[in-house]
Amino acid sequence: MRILMTLVLALILVPIGAGLMLGCVRLDTLRKVVVGAVTLAVFCGTLALAARPTPVDSGVVPFNHHWLNLGMLLVEIGMGLYVIVVGVRSRRPLIVALMLAQGGLMLWFELTQGPRLEAAHDLFVDNFSLIMALINGVVGGGICLYALGYMREYHEVAHRDVPDRRPLFFALLFIFMGAMFGLVFANNLMWLFLFWEITTLCSFLLIGYTQTPEARRNALRALVMNLAGGLAFALAIVWFHDNADSIELQTLITSKQSLALVPAALLCFAGITKSAQLPFSSWLLGAMVAPTPVSALLHSSTMVKAGVYLVLRMAPAVTGTTVGLMVALVGGVTFVIGSMAAITTSEAKRVLAWSTVANLGLIVLCGGIGTGEAVWAGMLLIVFHAVAKCLLFLCVGVVEHKLHSRDIEAMSGLIVNLPRVAVMMLVGMAGMFLAPFGMLISKWAVLKAVVDASPLLSVFIVFGSSATLFFWVKWMGKLLEVVEPQRRIEEKLALGESIALYGLSAATFLACLFFPLISSRFIEPYVLSVYGQTASLGQGNLLIMTIMMIFVLLFPLSFVWYGRGVKVVDAYLGGANVRGGVGFTGSAGQVQEVNLHNYYFRGLLDEAGLCRCGVIGCSIVLAVMAAAALV
Amino acid sequence: MSSWIRLLIYLIAAPVVGGLLAGWDRRISARMQSRRGPPIFQPFYDVRKLWQKQSIVVRRSQNFYILFFLLLVIFTGALFFAGSDLLLVIFALTLAAIFFVLGAYKASSPYSFIGAERELILMMAYEPMILLTAIGMYMVTKSFYVHDIASHATLLVLALPGVFLGFLYTLEIKFRKSPFDLSSSHHAHQELVRGITTEFSGRALALVEIAHWYENVFLLGWVYLFFASSPLLGVAVSLLVFVLVILTDNVFARLKWQTALRSAWVVAAVLGFGNILVLSLLR
Repeated sequence: MRILMTLVLALILVPIGAGLMLGCVRLDTLRKVVVGAVTLAVFCGTLALAARPTPVDSGVVPFNHHWLNLGMLLVEIGMGLYVIVVGVRSRRPLIVALMLAQGGLMLWFELTQGPRLEAAHDLFVDNFSLIMALINGVVGGGICLYALGYMREYHEVAHRDVPDRRPLFFALLFIFMGAMFGLVFANNLMWLFLFWEITTLCSFLLIGYTQTPEARRNALRALVMNLAGGLAFALAIVWFHDNADSIELQTLITSKQSLALVPAALLCFAGITKSAQLPFSSWLLGAMVAPTPVSALLHSSTMVKAGVYLVLRMAPAVTGTTVGLMVALVGGVTFVIGSMAAITTSEAKRVLAWSTVANLGLIVLCGGIGTGEAVWAGMLLIVFHAVAKCLLFLCVGVVEHKLHSRDIEAMSGLIVNLPRVAVMMLVGMAGMFLAPFGMLISKWAVLKAVVDASPLLSVFIVFGSSATLFFWVKWMGKLLEVVEPQRRIEEKLALGESIALYGLSAATFLACLFFPLISSRFIEPYVLSVYGQTASLGQGNLLIMTIMMIFVLLFPLSFVWYGRGVKVVDAYLGGANVRGGVGFTGSAGQVQEVNLHNYYFRGLLDEAGLCRCGVIGCSIVLAVMAAAALV
Repeated sequence: MSSWIRLLIYLIAAPVVGGLLAGWDRRISARMQSRRGPPIFQPFYDVRKLWQKQSIVVRRSQNFYILFFLLLVIFTGALFFAGSDLLLVIFALTLAAIFFVLGAYKASSPYSFIGAERELILMMAYEPMILLTAIGMYMVTKSFYVHDIASHATLLVLALPGVFLGFLYTLEIKFRKSPFDLSSSHHAHQELVRGITTEFSGRALALVEIAHWYENVFLLGWVYLFFASSPLLGVAVSLLVFVLVILTDNVFARLKWQTALRSAWVVAAVLGFGNILVLSLLR
């Protein structure tokens, strides 16, 4: 038990410590060494933790040092003051008000209740936190490695105008990672809250990294929305302590529904803000102004995953209640709106962002339903989404640097221009929506869980997922289609970038192959321990999924016959072809260029309009949720 | 009958039945247009002839996608007739269709490109209704497995009239017939040329044809599922539905893709979801 807790503490403190150190490192080589070493250490640490022979249920860390709590209080006060300064400087009264409300509440709470605020276990490890830690360690570590090469190119080639503040960047990256470890291992709600606020602050700073007016604006928006969530979190702690005299997460989950419902609703609200559900989605979309590793970090391993982690944790407390139904509705509406909005845009990162919002909606939907089956499905979604989405972001980052564009239309013929990256992107996309990859298995599980619990909610899934299909396949098609005679762009990747990209591509496949293991080793024991029963896919279905996987893996093999026994001609263009089929002579004797352009449904759907509908709809749902929690 | 025997019968008989259905289709269509029409076996002759033709491509890898389209369509039907999970069958069908679409994208001609894009729109149009059909069947029979659904004691259509009608609507799309022949038309003399299959010729086109035979048999098998407790009725209705599809093909002009998408979603929301709403209220 002692070794375990030491390991957990190390996982939290080593990245934070390394982050503080990297904040002072200006030398590129030294940074490389430190980042590499810490990433490796964290990677090994999480694996060691996950590989422990018996699944750990609840570990104890016997520290109740008064000074530790005091130190944490000081950190909180420091962060609060910083946020207030930011709010005043940028003239955002809302930020100041939210921070004052939340900080004042917590300060009053700690000063009046101080000595009684003791948790029997400050930290705990169970299978859910293990799986989150694995994602954070492996995927997050990959992002840090990738960031080394990416940020050098970012500052030295692509964006010379942006001030080079890489020490700050890497410091924040690692502090973020450490805070995320803290978040998933915390049992003491005060600790959880502290780490929660650290992630809010880190994301604010990272989004505003470039310091352009747009970046600042978007960073402030992220801050406001997450502070609103933070206020709800603080209220939840105070309320729960007032009524149940405890500040432990485990107690909260296992207490009676009448006692836990209000704090659970508040925490779900906090989770909804952090996981960028409608009406709060705009902060995550705005976060794309930051360099790509930040997007990848926010979208896959940290931040938004912290939000859904909390919602899924609260699932047993809200299941079967009106609050739960409202949470599910927010998720469902977000899934449909997010998927449709992704159709309308041709900007790669924006498509990815909407797809993240949509998939998180699905997870929140699971949390709101809150049955064992639904939670099982939601956890699967978290795992598979993290891997595939991270891979996609990192690929788009590379493509952006090589093509100087993140427009999907500009990626035409990428399979010839940048074959390796294009194949990895295709793998990532297949991982996001195609059978038999992970996300599809999870969506299938979600559908079953929803049909069993409340069939009417399935309407969100069936409409949302068909929209998902459309925007992914048209993107895949764009990568494959080749019109012009192509020039091959040099495809050199930095070492860290290669490790991250190849590693994540392999992980997309491995996560599917080892899906039964992930499910039976981590997810099922957790669901079993909370609900007393668990869900799984039948043996026969697993076999069928394996056969489908073999089909997909055989496909590249068919390229052995590439170009054999076929006669290659120009495409039919309805006129006399000129210049190797990139143009034709039209009826008026003029040469017409061939131009292939995807559909974006701009006349049918409108991104802003969709957003507005979603914001209004989800705000009403949240209002009903608040009413239901209080009544 | 064990599922393995059913599977074997499907693998061998489906192309024969599918080909004959295609032959009847052409014959009945011809009669509706006061023509004589080709012999019943014409589709088989066509495929034989296509098989002997030279392979002409625009992009060297385009035909591989078609091969996997065929394999996965066969796999989909195999899952269905072996009595497997209906949702899994839908996912396999989607995967197959995506290979077809990607093949057309790969061919990189404007006509196949627009066909691929429209095929995607059609997939988006029918997917909700097909999933709702599976969900509706689950709500009645408490199982997603085809063999459980098929051995259910009552006529499913009685509990799922809305879902059945909605399913018929999407069937029109799946058969790629007018008014939904947006992505590829059987008649090449129009603005799409041949849409999604414009750049496929010879063996690849033959494979597409065979895939459609398998697919059609699978789809009619699904229609049968609504009437499974009374097998004779089931077969009769399936054939009737097939004739109905031919009739609409000859009666209607093509819709715009916007109308196709909207109407399919409205049908899914009203008939499909409405039916499920009623079912869950009655529970």
